[in-house]
Amino acid sequence: MLVHSRWAGRALWAVFLVLFLPLFALPLLVVLGASFATHWSSVLPSGLTLANYRSATRGEALQALVTSLLTATGASLLALVVGTWAALAAAALGKRGKRVLDALFVLPVAVPSVVVGLSVLVAFSQPPLLLNGTRWIVILAHTVLVTAFAHQSVSAAITRLDPAYEQAAASLGARPSYVLWRVRLPLLLPSLTAAAGLCFALSMGELSATMMLYPPDWTPLPVLIYAATDRGALFTGSAVAVVLMAATLLVLFAVSRVRTRASYR
Amino acid sequence: MSIRFDSVTVAYDGNVVLDSLDLTVEPGEVMALLGPSGSGKTTALRAVAGFVRPTSGRVLLGGRDVTDLPPYRRGIGMVVQQYALFPHLRVDENVAFGLKARGTARSEIRQRVGEALEMTGMAGYARRHPRELSGGQQQRVAIARALAIRPGVLLLDEPLSALDTQLRSGMLAELARLHRELPEVSMLYVTHDQVEALTLADRIAVMDKARLRACGTPKELYRAPADAFTASFVGGANLLPVTVSSGGVDLAGREVKVDTAGVAAGARATLCVRPHLVGIGEGPNQLTGIVQEIQWRGSTHRLHVRIGEHDVMADVRELRDPPWRGDEVTLHFSPDDAVLLRAGVGHG
Repeated sequence: MLVHSRWAGRALWAVFLVLFLPLFALPLLVVLGASFATHWSSVLPSGLTLANYRSATRGEALQALVTSLLTATGASLLALVVGTWAALAAAALGKRGKRVLDALFVLPVAVPSVVVGLSVLVAFSQPPLLLNGTRWIVILAHTVLVTAFAHQSVSAAITRLDPAYEQAAASLGARPSYVLWRVRLPLLLPSLTAAAGLCFALSMGELSATMMLYPPDWTPLPVLIYAATDRGALFTGSAVAVVLMAATLLVLFAVSRVRTRASYR
Repeated sequence: MSIRFDSVTVAYDGNVVLDSLDLTVEPGEVMALLGPSGSGKTTALRAVAGFVRPTSGRVLLGGRDVTDLPPYRRGIGMVVQQYALFPHLRVDENVAFGLKARGTARSEIRQRVGEALEMTGMAGYARRHPRELSGGQQQRVAIARALAIRPGVLLLDEPLSALDTQLRSGMLAELARLHRELPEVSMLYVTHDQVEALTLADRIAVMDKARLRACGTPKELYRAPADAFTASFVGGANLLPVTVSSGGVDLAGREVKVDTAGVAAGARATLCVRPHLVGIGEGPNQLTGIVQEIQWRGSTHRLHVRIGEHDVMADVRELRDPPWRGDEVTLHFSPDDAVLLRAGVGHG
């Protein structure tokens, strides 16, 4: 935004801080504060300790972190492949076909995730596709939920891709498959990594569908946080939440490094 | 390799953008497709490349019908205005792209990439990325990339339009040199710039409103344009409505001597005189009028003179004592320098 007068600039900053701090920053700071606390009865938390973190990084919680990371990695990679494939196919279809495919892929976002969870549960609880009770049903549900985002961001990137590159490649004698692997996908790489990061973050935080589906040996971190707060262990839950946040941010940061190295223009 | 358009028509939703084009580019010939935007010249080029499917008609390359072949099976080199270099590949990888896609042996790829970069003067930039190069350098790499596959036909779509004027004339000379070094390669050169067409082309096809208006060598089109559109688009011209009389024409009540062969007396026609062939002062075919505008252009003066109800442009060598606006001046031109066009003015 272009703000020329210094006074107006400061006023805008003030408005930004007033809106941003209470809405975004403070709740996160509260969780961070609570994660180090044993009591919180006055303005600030008290009884500072690292015990919450000790329990949040071992045993059940560590297991859950690994579960979440594996689930999110699997789901986001699957979603990326399926979403990109669908987006490429949609781009090759006519206008009407593209619209139908786009609508189909937005469906899991439009439908409440509880409904998605339930439908996955009902669909895969009977042979021949009996996934209920296994980790695969969790990964599958997450994939269904995040594919929409992968599809959407890759689809947008394909629309922006200058057809001159494909045409130059074709005129040089490259078959469509060669053009796809050597020109289009490399040019889409920044968007693909961005989409993967988005899917990963969404999957890391998914709770409502997971609640219905997770088997005892595959408990993702959000479920653990929910269970902790449910039984009143707010401070332990906060520590686990901070671990979840940190792990997600770390992965997103790593993915964004890939993106900056892969952006050409 | 020859290129032949056999009544090629291209239409989108009933909107005709190329109207039954018949044109043959001989092997090794440089053919310029010259016309304003929307004239169908780029569509014609894209029909040869295979990116546009003719609604009817055929495209032949070296006598072979390629109308139904996909672009990657046509073996054509193409250079476009915006270069379209692959940003994720280095210069040498860009040039090698077409060879790799065809599965050429690695040792041969290296040799041919070297040759192509040498030919375009880009050998020193092989390890750079396109974004590290200037516009002119990028266009050289694009040309090298197109030439590396040794195409029989090179398509150039406004290749110099994105460059500034100075670079453009340099690149024009380069293209002429490349053509001398590769005499067997036919080039189809799309441009809206008549200077590029006149400089580079063996023949020029003038296009307007989806149709081919005229085709001929630059000299033919310049000296004896077939119609008013060609005359004004190729080189610029004074186009004056006249009535043919015996032994000359009647220009707004004044008798002017020109060759009227083939045009009946009493017919209406258009007199075409190039501005630089109009002189100031007394001479044959002299006409007197009032200076409306005078522009100094360095080595020349351009005069706009009102004669009767017509404006006549004259480009004369820089005048030491130029007339003022409103002054009366006398212009003249040699009967040999005027061409009589049958088509009326304004019919394009």
